[in-house]
Amino acid sequence: MQGKCGLFFTSYKGEAQIFQSGFQKIMIVLLIMALCVAPFALNSYLVSVMNQIFIAVIAAVSLNLLTGMCGQISLGHGAFLGVGAYAAGQCTLHGVPFPLAILAGGLVTAMVGMVFGIPSLRLKGIYLAIATLAAQLVLEYFFLHGGALTGGSNGLLLESPQIFGFTFDTEGRMYFLLFFCAAMALLMVSNIMRSKHGRAFISIRDFYLSAEIVGVNLFWYKLIAFGVSSFLAGVAGGLWGHYTGYISAEQFNIGLSISYLAMVVIGGLGSVIGSVFGAIFITLLPEVLNGVANGLGAFFPDVTQYIVALREGVFGLVLILFLIYEPEGLAHRWKLIKAYWKLYPFAH
Amino acid sequence: MEYYLQLIVNGLVVGSIYSLVALGFVIIYKATKVVNFAQGELVMVGAYMCFALTVQFHIPFIWAFFITLGFSVLLGLAIERMVLRPLIGEEHISVIMVTVGMSSVLKSLVQLFWGTQIKVYPQVLPTDPIMIAGLPVAPVYIAAFCLSVVLFLIFSVFFKYSRTGIAMRATAFDQQAAQSMGIGIKNIFAMSWCIACIVSAVGGVILGNINGINSHIGHLGLKVFPAVILGGLDSLLGAALGGLIIGVLENVCDGAARQLLGLGGFREVAAFIVLVVILMIKPYGLFGTKEIERV
Repeated sequence: MQGKCGLFFTSYKGEAQIFQSGFQKIMIVLLIMALCVAPFALNSYLVSVMNQIFIAVIAAVSLNLLTGMCGQISLGHGAFLGVGAYAAGQCTLHGVPFPLAILAGGLVTAMVGMVFGIPSLRLKGIYLAIATLAAQLVLEYFFLHGGALTGGSNGLLLESPQIFGFTFDTEGRMYFLLFFCAAMALLMVSNIMRSKHGRAFISIRDFYLSAEIVGVNLFWYKLIAFGVSSFLAGVAGGLWGHYTGYISAEQFNIGLSISYLAMVVIGGLGSVIGSVFGAIFITLLPEVLNGVANGLGAFFPDVTQYIVALREGVFGLVLILFLIYEPEGLAHRWKLIKAYWKLYPFAH
Repeated sequence: MEYYLQLIVNGLVVGSIYSLVALGFVIIYKATKVVNFAQGELVMVGAYMCFALTVQFHIPFIWAFFITLGFSVLLGLAIERMVLRPLIGEEHISVIMVTVGMSSVLKSLVQLFWGTQIKVYPQVLPTDPIMIAGLPVAPVYIAAFCLSVVLFLIFSVFFKYSRTGIAMRATAFDQQAAQSMGIGIKNIFAMSWCIACIVSAVGGVILGNINGINSHIGHLGLKVFPAVILGGLDSLLGAALGGLIIGVLENVCDGAARQLLGLGGFREVAAFIVLVVILMIKPYGLFGTKEIERV
């Protein structure tokens, strides 16, 4: 592993640390402090955007674990979030405490994800992508026609989450809950990647035959990847359902799956920090476009409707441009920026 | 009984359109190993182009149809040159995502120009139903089916006997060997995108004549996946048969679910449930090439 200049590892433990230098630790503490102060300084609109970002971070990092690190493309991740949302929602509606309901939602989603991951033993690449697309559409159909379990086309109405009598009923309160969960998810995935399981995932992604030869049990590890990834997706879904207070089938359509894949690809495949960048980027994109539309709408009244129609197109265009000009994602750009400051004023 | 016969006939017509779109999909996959998630949007663009030419510019339908085909060639060239060529040799997921991005762009452009309302084509064919085996069938359905069959035959002959067709098959079989025999791979790639755009546009025009068009017909692209997987990702015959089978299957399942179980909208998932079952039993479809890997 490559450390900063002047940073020498004297033990394996030191090398495997997530934050290796004192400077990094200071920076991360400062970042956490800034994020804790943020909701008091920002208005409620910006806090709600931050909340959406936190949920997107959990979903993106979970998909990155599956697609970026283990190499299993999933086009059904949006539906997995839906499973988590409905499962957790049903739990709290039946009086299960919120934290347990979220965990239950995650576990149910892990089960569902593993069932849909079973084909991954026989299917690779594009065939698997299409199998998960089938999962997406079948689950979507179930959300719409699940009767009392999903509320059908009416959806489910949920109350604000409550932990030990404390109700998270404002954007600011939800902020801390979501922040905590997103941080835990990031920590969890980073730690998985440092373990032998994470290395097994990467070996499967890089070349499954070599992985099998060195003794990685392909089926078992692919199932674990599907399970852990869907668990986190389910947690994200449960949080989302309780955050918005309303779940319906349209929320978890194929477009959602695609936007999570876009987060992973734009952020950087197989990179935890990349998932964060991707989640921020894709969540902010429509908000920025709305802002632009409103700003221009003051001068040209017609322009708003065009920009709304173009929103999807801009999303697609950004995706295409990123894939052509920045195929390694934002994480790679972040590395280059860091290298630049480290080496300045020399080029190499 | 008549109910189910009617379902089967309707399924064959829808299925023949799936076959056309699947044909485009398979041609691209065969030559370039690119999985095109924008296939449905290519259908949509073709349909809207022909609509605009006939209704907004008052060009006779036949001419509009051929101009649309010409436009499709240009579209195919542009897509291959600008979007896909920079990504040669990239990972599966990058290529998939670039076609996904392309589908968003195409959809939003169509919405920008034509809005989201349903547009109806002018009637080109007589509307009186023709009786076939005691079942009334609209002429446009028969025309659709015949056109699909004719196109399929043309392309079969093209791939079997023409120089370009043989070059394309050679490229699909082994790119390096083909290149060392003097086949221009880039031209082959461009050619396959053009053909895919053409067959999709034909599918779009047929669809417009049957149901009218709106910006959601790109959704059709998703239906192509079960069809091509059933037939095998790299088999033309498989695409044609797969499309017909999926068309019939989903129509019959939908009808049966509606009549027997009272479930609506089963059409959307029937094909995909079948798809998962097929994938578990025969991962390379009915006619697909088996990739044998041993250690």
